Amino acid sequence: MSDKTQNQKGWLFVLPVVLLVAFNALIPLMAVVNYSVQETFGNNVFFFEGMKWFGQVLHSERFHAALLRQLLFTGIILVIEVPLGVIIALSMPRRGPGVSVCLVLMALPLLIPWNVVGAMWNIFALPDIGMLGKLVNGMGIHYNYTQQPIAAWATLIAMDVWHWTSLVVLLAYAGLRSIPDAYYQAARIDGASSWSVFRYIQLPKMRRVLTIAVLLRFMDSFNIYTEPFVLTGGGPGNSTTLLSIDLVKIALGQFDLGPAAAMSIIYFLIILSLSWLFYTVMTRGEDRG
Amino acid sequence: MVKRVGADTHIHETSVVLAEEGFNVLLGTTLSGKTTLMQLMAGLERPSAGRVWFRGADVTGVPVQKRNAAMVYQQFINYPNFTVYENIASPLRIARVPRAQLDERVKRVAAMLKLTPVLQRRPTELSGGQQQRTALARALVKDADLVLLDEPLANLDFKLREELRDELPAFFAGRRATVVLATSDPVEALLLGGHTATLHQGRITQFGPTADVYRRPADLTTAQVFSNPPINTAPVTKRGETIALGDGVSWEARGAVKSLPDRTYTVGIRPHHIGPSPTVRGAAIDGRVQIAELSGSESVIHFSHGSLDWVSQSQGVHDAAVGETARFYIDVDRCLYFDGDGKLIAS
Amino acid sequence: MAKITLSDLRHSYQPVPQGDDDWALKHMAMEWSDGGAYALLGPSGCGKTTLLNIISGLVRPTEGRVLFDGVDLTEVPTERRRIAQVFQFPVVYDTMSVRDNLAFPLRNRGLAGPEVDAKVSEIARMLDLEGMLSRRASGLTADGKQKISLGRGLVRSDVNVIMLDEPLTVIDPHLKSQLRSKLKELHQRIARTMIYVTHDQTEALTFADQVVVMHQGEVVQVGSPVDLFERPRHTFVGHFIGSPGMNILPCELSGGVARVDGHAVPVDNAPPGAIEGRVEIGVRPEFVALAEEGDGLPVTVVRTSDAGRHRIVEVRLGEHRMKLLAGEGVTVPSGEARVRFDPGHTRLYADGWLVE
Repeated sequence: MSDKTQNQKGWLFVLPVVLLVAFNALIPLMAVVNYSVQETFGNNVFFFEGMKWFGQVLHSERFHAALLRQLLFTGIILVIEVPLGVIIALSMPRRGPGVSVCLVLMALPLLIPWNVVGAMWNIFALPDIGMLGKLVNGMGIHYNYTQQPIAAWATLIAMDVWHWTSLVVLLAYAGLRSIPDAYYQAARIDGASSWSVFRYIQLPKMRRVLTIAVLLRFMDSFNIYTEPFVLTGGGPGNSTTLLSIDLVKIALGQFDLGPAAAMSIIYFLIILSLSWLFYTVMTRGEDRG
Repeated sequence: MVKRVGADTHIHETSVVLAEEGFNVLLGTTLSGKTTLMQLMAGLERPSAGRVWFRGADVTGVPVQKRNAAMVYQQFINYPNFTVYENIASPLRIARVPRAQLDERVKRVAAMLKLTPVLQRRPTELSGGQQQRTALARALVKDADLVLLDEPLANLDFKLREELRDELPAFFAGRRATVVLATSDPVEALLLGGHTATLHQGRITQFGPTADVYRRPADLTTAQVFSNPPINTAPVTKRGETIALGDGVSWEARGAVKSLPDRTYTVGIRPHHIGPSPTVRGAAIDGRVQIAELSGSESVIHFSHGSLDWVSQSQGVHDAAVGETARFYIDVDRCLYFDGDGKLIAS
Repeated sequence: MAKITLSDLRHSYQPVPQGDDDWALKHMAMEWSDGGAYALLGPSGCGKTTLLNIISGLVRPTEGRVLFDGVDLTEVPTERRRIAQVFQFPVVYDTMSVRDNLAFPLRNRGLAGPEVDAKVSEIARMLDLEGMLSRRASGLTADGKQKISLGRGLVRSDVNVIMLDEPLTVIDPHLKSQLRSKLKELHQRIARTMIYVTHDQTEALTFADQVVVMHQGEVVQVGSPVDLFERPRHTFVGHFIGSPGMNILPCELSGGVARVDGHAVPVDNAPPGAIEGRVEIGVRPEFVALAEEGDGLPVTVVRTSDAGRHRIVEVRLGEHRMKLLAGEGVTVPSGEARVRFDPGHTRLYADGWLVE
């Protein structure tokens, strides 16, 4: 392969961004790594402790519990949001005035600040004064998310689905729109059923887009903090204490910098490796070029 | 004058000197290296080995922005948000040409390309032919030293292609620019004239004045590249005064062919040198008709003789019943003879 | 197999068409007989794709009716019209193998396994796809994929018409003539009605038995390739068909003699009386030849282009330009020359239409 003709000036354009990323990400990251291998007894005096914090975190039951809760949460989220998003995208019109209306409706949940989302659902689901809470209790189901773990989980999941399914919808819709009409016409001529059209035309053509959607939802849901924190604060008890909430409790609540830093790094590595796994599995069958 | 020495896995070691006047046509099938060669000329790619000279100066490392080149592509590439006027004016604006001069140049080029009535429209509102004319105008207004056209007519309707092809030479007359045009259509190369380089799998098999390359191909590959419908080839044996094809088809060796040593050769016969009408000194060959394509102005008949398939192209309407045997005549004076892989004599 | 009749067809893509320009298809009435090879030929925007989509049912015409064997199918959707269509770019089911692609339409209609296999093998053999049946369809080249598209239409024995919408658009130029010949061969073997839409006269004229020339939403002439070439009924047909197209020269008609720039030209169809409208002479370059001194019309040779099997000579007569073809052995003078027209193929046109 021959080289492209060199133009060195391009590096100058990139320099400001490089500096920004360095200050906002790289340097704090290095600080965290530092904390994770040190111990302090105050007065800004630090001792190198090696892997002690990592070992402690990895063996702590509390960490295991939070991790399991997180995995459960992300699993449920993906199983609900991706198919639901695709179904909604399939039902959206491809042409005409309805298109803009639908797109705006789908975009709305994504525009709301995340803590507002949490606050909204917090009030919405209150058993005595919230619309949803009152409705569910009125149907005879004893529902109180501040006291029942199951109710808390249900509310948490409902909130996330409401908030983020739109992202999947928009991505899937974009993928669907890129399919030329001729494919649908040919399928009609071939006498294909709607299921066949979905299976043999729409799904294959949406594959790349869905990969991105799944990856994004996985990473975001694994990272989630604001909405569940505002909704339940991790309760009742610690039934909805997901990994990030637990991490913040340790770091800021108990001010245990060492374990918190170690946990951060472990957290980061988990997301990285699971994402990589997901990505490899989903793009494995793709044709080259 | 442009001299080129490039080497790549896409382009094998090649040296060619392009002509400064008229068209330099790069003729070859897709993937034969035409586009890569043009990118090397423009400076969009660097050769893995070798150098590129332009008018005596070595421009191998010079980036494309500094080379004063213009390129037109197969897909009509225009700025969709600019009007035709703005599209044509864009290179002049970048070069900060003063407004009065810019206006005059844009209008002159637009008139030459018959775009004056649509100057205020956007490219998306125009027909394919007009869009390509806009792209051409943008390339021409720059008065570039090197103009590269990569199959510019391929996406146009048949008739529009014909029209634009007719007008192309006039656009470049009187300019001191080296023009290179890539195409996969041999007839287009012939009609544009100038010089032609035939490309095959990354190699230039021959370069010279177009008529020469066509009528005196250096080798069989060149003859095949420069032929549509494909040239008929068959092994023949020369014995004394006779050239024999086999199965009773033979003819008298004449002219320069007579003095060739007695051996087997490959004969190349262009389809329009075989026809159903008897010709003076034609050799007769009987074949089973497989497909007859009659288009009013010409008839193309595919027939088989022995184990070989032949194509005949003749003017006018010559109906042939499919499956029947018919007699065709070869114009033996215009056959090309090739040895192992070099060309010998035409007539 | 069916006879297709179009009656009083008009179509506009605008909800409320105002003037003439809003109609993509102006008045159209035609009959297409069983088993014929047709071409719809015309420049982009002439309405040929619209007409094709109306016949196949993908578009409902604003006015008029479509009949298959006398049965009105205007309201019937595509799936039930028993047609097959090949589009400009190949449409294949990427995830399936070639065999499954070809079998798809048959399986959807509930045919039994062995029947499906037999049909698929037969069609694959016809299309030279036999060696590739187990390969994934997405791995084939463009012409292979187009053959699959075509094959899906051929496997169904109940297909009335096969429509081809500029099928060679994405095919490599040096494979185009091969695929074109293959289509012609196919038609000769299966003898089903095939309608081929294109802007390329070579494709249309070599494939079709009958060519429908369209211009701006109307049918200008229907005829065999030879007819269209020898006797164009409109100057558009003369110009559009033939490469280069027909020479059209304005002339005056007086006393039964046509004159171009004062020179008398013998024509095939001089009427006894006068003609209304703009009068022109049309003669194809194939029927214009260089003449001896004193014979024919005086012209100046402007340019000679070499097209391989002949040369295209552009000459000027006064203000008018025309082209003629000179064979390989003929010497073309530079500067002054004389040309003559073949009287049997020189005709008068009034306002574009052939004088009859």
